[in-house]
Amino acid sequence: MNFSLKVWRQKDGGSPGAFKDYDAKNISAEASFLEMLDIVNEVLNERGEDPIAFDSDCREGICGTCSLVINGIPHGPGKVKTTCQLYMRRFKDGDTIWVEPFRAAAFPTVKDLVVDRGAFDRIIQAGGYIVVRTGSAPEANGLPVPKHDADLAMEAAACIGCGACVAACPNSSAMLFVSAKVSHLGLLPQGQAERDSRALHMVRKMDELGFGNCRNHYECEAVCPAEVSATFISRLNLDYAIAAAKEALAV
Amino acid sequence: MSTTLDSKVPSGPLDKKWDKHRGESKLVAPNNRSKFDIIVVGSGLAGASAAATLGELGYNVKCFCFQDSPRRAHSIAAQGGINAAKNYANDGDSVFRLFYDTIKGGDFRSREANVHRLAAISLNIIDQCVAQGVPFAREYGGLLANRSFGGVQVSRTFYARGQTGQQLLLGAYQALEHQIAAATVKMYSRTEMLDLVLVEGHAKGIVVRDLVTGEISSHAADAVVLATGGYGNVFYLSTNAKGCNVTATWRAHKRGALFANPCLVQIHPTCIPVSGPYQAKLTLMSESLRNDGRVWVPKKKGEKGSPDQIPEAERDYYLERKYPSFGNLVPRDIASRNAKEVCDEGRGVGPSGLGVYLDFADAIHRLGENEIRERYGNLFDMYLNITNENAYKTPMRIYPAIHYVMGGLWVDYNLMSNIPGLYVLGEANFSDHGANRLGASALMQGLSDGYFVIPATIANYLATQLGKKVSADRSEFKATEKDVSSRIDRLLSIKGKKTVTTFHRELGLLVWDKCGMARDAQGLQEALQKIPAMRAEFWENVNVLGDGKEFNQALEHAGRVADFLEFAELMCLDALERNESCGCHFRLEHQTKEGEALRDDDNYCYVAAWEYAGQGARPNLIKEPLIFENVKLSQRSYK
Repeated sequence: MNFSLKVWRQKDGGSPGAFKDYDAKNISAEASFLEMLDIVNEVLNERGEDPIAFDSDCREGICGTCSLVINGIPHGPGKVKTTCQLYMRRFKDGDTIWVEPFRAAAFPTVKDLVVDRGAFDRIIQAGGYIVVRTGSAPEANGLPVPKHDADLAMEAAACIGCGACVAACPNSSAMLFVSAKVSHLGLLPQGQAERDSRALHMVRKMDELGFGNCRNHYECEAVCPAEVSATFISRLNLDYAIAAAKEALAV
Repeated sequence: MSTTLDSKVPSGPLDKKWDKHRGESKLVAPNNRSKFDIIVVGSGLAGASAAATLGELGYNVKCFCFQDSPRRAHSIAAQGGINAAKNYANDGDSVFRLFYDTIKGGDFRSREANVHRLAAISLNIIDQCVAQGVPFAREYGGLLANRSFGGVQVSRTFYARGQTGQQLLLGAYQALEHQIAAATVKMYSRTEMLDLVLVEGHAKGIVVRDLVTGEISSHAADAVVLATGGYGNVFYLSTNAKGCNVTATWRAHKRGALFANPCLVQIHPTCIPVSGPYQAKLTLMSESLRNDGRVWVPKKKGEKGSPDQIPEAERDYYLERKYPSFGNLVPRDIASRNAKEVCDEGRGVGPSGLGVYLDFADAIHRLGENEIRERYGNLFDMYLNITNENAYKTPMRIYPAIHYVMGGLWVDYNLMSNIPGLYVLGEANFSDHGANRLGASALMQGLSDGYFVIPATIANYLATQLGKKVSADRSEFKATEKDVSSRIDRLLSIKGKKTVTTFHRELGLLVWDKCGMARDAQGLQEALQKIPAMRAEFWENVNVLGDGKEFNQALEHAGRVADFLEFAELMCLDALERNESCGCHFRLEHQTKEGEALRDDDNYCYVAAWEYAGQGARPNLIKEPLIFENVKLSQRSYK
């Protein structure tokens, strides 16, 4: 298969960027999107042109490193997986494909298609954990967790931290990401002690870092490769409201 | 350098050694801990758990990873589970049985004391992870669920769907982020260690490159902990992430750290077969699938018909036939070798003929599609996405691929290498899995090393270092920085004709062919001839564009491939010198009548620890004899 690519090139965060045209020739339908870019980069390298910088690591859809907007959709078209799990058979021979980085004020560009998602780490630092001094944990089966709660917690915990939710949101909100962690830990009995403070601190940190507010567009849920449900955002709103009320009333 | 190795295994009964050792170990008092700086390189299960725990204890920790966030380390991709001898299934499990299974699964090439400690600590790991909120699978009564894995006859594996590694890593990552917020740990993401700095023979720091700006800098510390994972990407195609590399451990090796058993490489039996030459990596399908999937090939050679057209009588369920008591759950090395054997006979399936079926029809008939979806849904989805085939309707096609390495830097019972102050954890060390790792044991080892072993053992060294702090201004750091910079300049100045990936792919094909699932002296000697020539060509003809003072992924890859080109030679030399078969190391010259690995315990019951002797010189082999006081060495049998 052959494709015409329009790829965002940007030297670094301080320089302006622009789309550049590239041809991807003789691509197997069984190749992944990133393998197609690997092939293009090999050709560029042989021609002495700077290869296209893009992030990837595990290439099996779990590490959350790859982060391309393809034809306007974070991680690309079709039933959503990560960019690395997108295969060229989804496209038609001769297609023109637009490739851009995840764009959000809180995700500054590093180079070309590579962005800095360190803001997600800083949100986790604000409270996305259960404090357990190593070695002090009680016997694991001492605290039964209803299967339904454990399963629901797992659905939230499946978030891979890729940031597609932010890239897809018109407001660049990180509510799906934050709600996934707040729900994962808040659904478990182990997470109750810090439940209020976790919701307050994580949401406030998100605001401080420049992520926008949720306006119920549901674009986040539509592109989430881990299929994290937007209903977790309702759960977060409830947790936050209760915690904020308790804080205001000092109870 | 002395030619004998002291493993520092404590005396006394096996099950008392760890307690005794902790009781006799030195301590650093809480008010003194903040005087010590510790560098942790790597943020996978071992690195993140170590950095978080050492920070929590009060040490000053600096943690480095090349990924954009510590949460992305490759531990995240582990699917199946983590073992622990909890015996919740009430099926006869015990610490001793987990210890014994691991020793036997490793074909009697690991250290008894380390493995027993690992089995004992497994109990604490599950407690720790559950308290952190790791959402392990549960029974309807709310208690933890278990499943079975290859090479064992009990159910001791804890799991979180097919994403156990992800959930355990997120637990460790969250603990790490908590410590970062508490300012006990300073995190350096997108920062790659490029060399180790020794001061008077002790590991006192590292030289790193900031992957965004290209800046080279030094970091000094009182001790250095490497948790940098395995070198499986020397084969180019593997189930490792693209970034996995040998650079940190290889650089340490060139500074004097011994590299142990580099030829012991695990080939995982259940991966999606290669589809074309452009392929960048191989994808694993969790071993847990073998709980319910049945492995078969057609009895007839060259059978190209679709699997549903092949009647039951024409199928060879070869694992069930050859190993009736373990069946499809034989250890990984045996499952892999048998797949290669039937494909070599011309009975492989799929377009390349390099594949066998993993069939769920019986399990779906017995349990229903919903139950199978519940157990493995994400794996079936992943398979569909990659191959465009629905494994609920047609059998999966699988083939072995490089997955994990048992070899790594040599460490003693404290997990300290032969360089004082240099510790090595997780896959990066050699210590616990012998010649073959059992499924669901890598996660156990990473967390055991990081949460529980290193926090207890590092004080033995640190307590001797009070008042001996060094600064990164010393000449040793400046000299090492200069080495690192000049190597980068050299890579950029070659401006040859071949890309880095071309060299990497060529090296991978060579070592897969000569040092992969089956090895012999002739092939290994051939590889040992070709690798130096390939390396020489690399340094004359590689083309690395751009410059060193910017974000430059081709340069990162070039540095890693340059190290693989050196490391590959040691791996092949070790494979040649180990003139026996054991576990994953299958020398064609040494097999039983049934084609199983035939050990030579009289001559090879040792750890082969290699000492670097300079560029181009043959490394020195130092042997650590393996002494078995609690298990009897036997021919492994899974029949």
